[in-house]
Amino acid sequence: MSDLLEVSGISKSFDGFKAINNLSFSIAEAELRAIIGPNGAGKTTFMDIVTGKTRPDEGQVRWGETSRSLLKMSEAQIAREGIGRKFQRPTVFEDQSVADNLTMALKAPRGAFSVLVWKAGKASRARVEELAAEVGLAEQLHRKAGELSHGQKQWLEIGMLLAQEPRLLLVDEPAAGMTLAEREQTTTLLKRLAETRAVVVVEHDMEFVRRLNCKVTVLHQGAVLAEGSLDHVSANSDVIEVYLGR
Amino acid sequence: MLIRKYPSVLIFLAVLAIFTLVVTIMSQAYGTGAIPTSTVKLFGKTLCLALAALAMDLVWGYAGILSLGHMAFFALGGYMIGMWLMYARTEEIVTATLANAPIPATPDEVQQGIAGQIFGVVGSTDLPLTWTFAGDLKIQLLLVLLVPGLFAFLFGWLAFRSRVNGVYLSILTQAMTLALALWLFQNDSGFRGNNGLSGLQNIPGLTDVPQSTISIWFLWASALALGLAYILASWLVSGKFGSVIRAIRDDEARVRFLGYSVEGYKLFIFTLTAMICAIAGALYYPQAGIINPAELAPIASIYLAVWVAIGGRGRLYGAVIGAIFVSLLSSWFTGGKAPDGNLGFYTINWVDWWQVLLGVAFVLVTLFAPRGLSSIIDAVAGLRHPMRRGKDLGPDLGALREKEAEA
Repeated sequence: MSDLLEVSGISKSFDGFKAINNLSFSIAEAELRAIIGPNGAGKTTFMDIVTGKTRPDEGQVRWGETSRSLLKMSEAQIAREGIGRKFQRPTVFEDQSVADNLTMALKAPRGAFSVLVWKAGKASRARVEELAAEVGLAEQLHRKAGELSHGQKQWLEIGMLLAQEPRLLLVDEPAAGMTLAEREQTTTLLKRLAETRAVVVVEHDMEFVRRLNCKVTVLHQGAVLAEGSLDHVSANSDVIEVYLGR
Repeated sequence: MLIRKYPSVLIFLAVLAIFTLVVTIMSQAYGTGAIPTSTVKLFGKTLCLALAALAMDLVWGYAGILSLGHMAFFALGGYMIGMWLMYARTEEIVTATLANAPIPATPDEVQQGIAGQIFGVVGSTDLPLTWTFAGDLKIQLLLVLLVPGLFAFLFGWLAFRSRVNGVYLSILTQAMTLALALWLFQNDSGFRGNNGLSGLQNIPGLTDVPQSTISIWFLWASALALGLAYILASWLVSGKFGSVIRAIRDDEARVRFLGYSVEGYKLFIFTLTAMICAIAGALYYPQAGIINPAELAPIASIYLAVWVAIGGRGRLYGAVIGAIFVSLLSSWFTGGKAPDGNLGFYTINWVDWWQVLLGVAFVLVTLFAPRGLSSIIDAVAGLRHPMRRGKDLGPDLGALREKEAEA
């Protein structure tokens, strides 16, 4: 199986502080992966680099069958290539309705002129309804996103990600602020998504990671400390020392 | 579709049509003469200002770009049409004068005569290169759109590409309009320095038509432009494009991760609104009669922002109401028609105190009525805004959900 995303030897320092230090990482076409690590391990910087928000000082980020470099692309281009990102804090457009939020995210041409002449058709409306139903917001389609509860906003954002139909999904702490039942639902959804695409979950919560039951990458001080199943990395003495032991 | 989503479009167009009709049948040219020509011109000019405010609302209220330089585009549009008005009018006069000469004048002599007439005031007798097409109405009309459009495009491209945002962008736009004004103030930049262009109310070829009639024609043209622009603006903000620009206003980083090129959208809306402002300016200055570089002073663009803020940004009708209300009130106060306020110990002279009143109104509106005057219309229409004060609305049925929050 070929790799969908291949990150090799990237480094990034902010004012002399090495946030990412010679990090290499790769993920296959349909794979679920959890990234764990203590605060300051470089999890967020790693996601910033993959999504184009931050440029690494050195190293390569290659994408897809043709191994195109992502380093020269803007955030928007990378998103159009099929990399979706879910933020820790739910970021939906509070001033607009759930339907508008989903419509904006629907996979469609993104240029200003094509958007200008774009019209909601039967297909797009059906797709929006389908997505809303999938994330449990079918009844809320015409409400302002700002009126939704915290959990519902998280779901709306997940719905927007699904609408983008990404090939790689980067999810930052999906379980934060969710109730037990909502976590259960999230786990199921993430697992199902990983059947057809690559999903990277960055998470603090070991219990949640255990539930995902997938390969785990442990980051520490900007580099990969260990990789493997959760049981495997839990047994690693380095990991115990820096992360689990505390 | 558009009408269903924005019924206000029909109401707006109806009000505009009735207003234009009433002014026409009360005008000196086509009606009873109850409204003097100067007032008709004031109304026409006010409609042009409302058109500029509409553009400002698109770029600021919807896309969140607080441009403090849009009146520069307005003035540029005025300059472009002013060049033709002045050139063609002078050409008529010069040709008439030279016709009495014993030997018929060559085209070169005519052009020299025109250049001497126009630029004598700044001590030059040559026609600057920028005036090459001044004699051609069609090209000059095209330049009304192209010059401000291209200028806005280049400025926006540089600014947005470098991700200049918020207050820094506002300062940059101010610097742009100030720099342009200072350049135009120079005698040798080819636009008659601080004299500006004058006599613009005399339309070439229409010398026999009285001003009372021309003023009505310009009122019609201004109303038509405002009506068309209002439809265009409503269409722009009603669909997915409107969703995207409002999303950019609220959280542009998130829009990037959705795959939209934020810079492209900003550039599009910045350039488009600059061109709308230019059209407004091209209709305004023939009614005002004179344009000079002082029109590009940063304060003019700040006024534009004040109108939109007082009218209510993020509402198309709000911008129009704000511009009309404030600029008419302003000409009433500064025109010396307002009675002095006698406090016994001090007499308030409104010509001096109007600015203070406007400033206080601006602060009060910003603090207590963020939607400005249009909140009155919202109240009538029964719209309510979610007053979340940063908190989430309730998650379950019993909690406050503000279902009625439409806006």
